[in-house]
Amino acid sequence: MFNIVFFAALRETLGCGQLSWKSEARSIAGLIQELRAQGAPWDSALARPDLLCARNQQLCTPDEAITAGDEIAFFPPVTGG
Amino acid sequence: MEHLTRIKVQQEDFNLADEYAALGNQADCGAIVSFIGSVRELAGDSLLSMTLEHYPGMTEKSLLQITEQARQRWPLGNITIIHRIGTLSVNEQIVLVLVSSAHREAAFRACEFIMDFLKTRAPFWKKEQTTAAGYWVEAKDSDNQAAQRWSSPES
Repeated sequence: MFNIVFFAALRETLGCGQLSWKSEARSIAGLIQELRAQGAPWDSALARPDLLCARNQQLCTPDEAITAGDEIAFFPPVTGG
Repeated sequence: MEHLTRIKVQQEDFNLADEYAALGNQADCGAIVSFIGSVRELAGDSLLSMTLEHYPGMTEKSLLQITEQARQRWPLGNITIIHRIGTLSVNEQIVLVLVSSAHREAAFRACEFIMDFLKTRAPFWKKEQTTAAGYWVEAKDSDNQAAQRWSSPES
């Protein structure tokens, strides 16, 4: 099981801020594939080339390996400051 | 001497004089640089408010990591970062960075470095509400370029 969180415009597009996701995926890319397979709006929202991801609150790339219990976050480019 | 880093993510406003006093500047630091970012008016539609969302937990961690990276580059004294969240209107303060060092060059550069990385790495997002609509602010290439310049060796 993974705790998946979404922020900002992505959260609004998906209509979802948090998800408990059962999966055997071994990388974030694997999770993205599973989430996108749900169809619209997941398919296009998670295909954005500028999508950022974090594993356990640390920015990473989609090829990052994951283990059960991880918190995985997806969000658009950041705009603070 | 031990150097302190204070990081706060809060809804409340902050006061520069209070934070300057709270920085607790040490005798070995002869330079203190401060930066304040505030909500500015938009060119076209009139801005009613701006709402800042963040990723609780990761935000504080990423800001701390940015200050640690700054400390690896320059000899710094105490550092304060305050970033507000929630709904703000034009002219309201958004972010404060205070950096001290023995000399001004390190303090100026570290303050810029912290802002450049805060803008491109820390998980904050702005949504602007204008009289016409509400929309999420797009990330700027110029901000990414500003952060990139620190990766060249002459920086």
